[in-house]
Amino acid sequence: MPRTSDRTPLDATPGDADLVIRARNVSKSFVLHHTHTLKETVVSFFRGKTLTTTFEALADVTFDVHGGESVAILGYNGSGKSTLLSMVAGVMQPDSGSIGVRGRVAPLLQVGGGFHPDLTGRENVYLNGAILGMSRAEIQERYESIVDFAEIREFMDTEVKHYSSGMFVRLAFAIAIHIEHDVLLADEVLAVGDERFQQKCFAKIQELKAAGKTIFMVSHALDNIPKFCDRGILISNHRIAFDGPIDDAIAAMRAL
Amino acid sequence: MASTVGADFTTPGASKGLFSIFDHRYLLRRIIRKDMLVRYRGSVLGWIWSYVKPAMQFVVYYLAVGIFLRANGGMEAFPIYLFSGLVLINFFNEAFANATASLIGNAELIKKIYMPREIFPVASTIIAIINFLPQVIILLIVCVFVGWHPSLLALLAILVAIVIVGVLATGLGMLFGAINVSFRDSQNFVELILMIAAWGSPIIYQTSALDAFAPWVTVVYFLNPITPAVELMHYGFWSAVLHDSTPGDPLIGFTWYTLVAAVAAFVVLVIGQFVFRRLEGRFAQDL
Repeated sequence: MPRTSDRTPLDATPGDADLVIRARNVSKSFVLHHTHTLKETVVSFFRGKTLTTTFEALADVTFDVHGGESVAILGYNGSGKSTLLSMVAGVMQPDSGSIGVRGRVAPLLQVGGGFHPDLTGRENVYLNGAILGMSRAEIQERYESIVDFAEIREFMDTEVKHYSSGMFVRLAFAIAIHIEHDVLLADEVLAVGDERFQQKCFAKIQELKAAGKTIFMVSHALDNIPKFCDRGILISNHRIAFDGPIDDAIAAMRAL
Repeated sequence: MASTVGADFTTPGASKGLFSIFDHRYLLRRIIRKDMLVRYRGSVLGWIWSYVKPAMQFVVYYLAVGIFLRANGGMEAFPIYLFSGLVLINFFNEAFANATASLIGNAELIKKIYMPREIFPVASTIIAIINFLPQVIILLIVCVFVGWHPSLLALLAILVAIVIVGVLATGLGMLFGAINVSFRDSQNFVELILMIAAWGSPIIYQTSALDAFAPWVTVVYFLNPITPAVELMHYGFWSAVLHDSTPGDPLIGFTWYTLVAAVAAFVVLVIGQFVFRRLEGRFAQDL
């Protein structure tokens, strides 16, 4: 198994000036509570019994991502890759080590996660845009473009609960892709809808890459990843097992 | 070709707590708007319910307490006394209960996207204020018919009462909401507190009912921040419709209690924020 250094960041030529994500010795453990009631907690406290187990999700993870890179985090279920993404997004905090980001980080929501079924498409564009960190002016400016991209203009004043699943994911993707961002975080949702729309998503991602945006994503779809990403970071056993070109990373994962 | 990032590194998820909400005020507006739009969806009467419900509650209380139980004790304008306290406690109940539940209610968002999480309890309080306004309007209309002659001080008293209760409910909501993420017992505590708050403040009876007890009972009673706030409402609405007496001066009787209540409400807010921030790191994994 090829293994780059755990400690030192990739020896990247552009230097640190264009670093956008910087992870240093990041570790994260989870404390699993086996109860959600205070009574059991108090009882176990007095009996000296522990109701929690700790397990390590990530250990001593260090890497750098430079502006314009497209990086996929690979690994089997439970390897800690979603935890890593959550920490870069700021949803979780590392126990030790540090993560720094530079520029505007746009989390790509689980498709439609922030949608409210009883609101119209139009209301959901504004709500979701605000959730994703857009200002009112930014949403207004991009509204037409979002609607065009999703191809559901005639349904914008219809409640989202009446949408087909295809319309739903198209609108969600269209909003997420229109965020003004420097770093796009994604959890398996870079191509949605039918094949034709997936092609459109793919073209949009290429456009973002060409514009120098950074993509940092988690994926299981090994066949699809090389279309989006140039670099792969393989996480195995809660550590970085490989960090390098995407094809080699996929080969390393298959060899695990 | 690199993006135009010149700024220093920031730590994802670092926030300035309640102060961060100012930077996210558009999101706050959208969250409030969502609640407004969704509240009466699919109902024929829609917003009329906001008026019908408090009006019915008032009628029921007035008949049960004022007429059958004779708790009014021959008091002048008892309905206004009753309703001015009732609307404030309704506001407190809704803000506190919804703020406590707000984190669990938005679990899917909190687990996926970073935003200052204080935004949810704060939104709950603001929504509660918006729902409180129709009740105040009903109260005002009645007061005007009966002959409302508020002094400037009376209007100020109403405002102070709303601020005390709003701050207190937000602080308690943050505190119990944060604990609720890990221990769902928190919701049940909140129900107990709400019940005690409703009966432990002079809503359906007068504070003179405490005269029968030792003086320290009154002191303890007034240390409940809701009590001075309710008395301020009485001063603002009820005292200002009385014909005979000169309105009781809130600045004599319980000025200190008002001050204590205001300070207590802000202390609770600070404690709530502190506990919230301590527990916040676990929200995404415990929800």
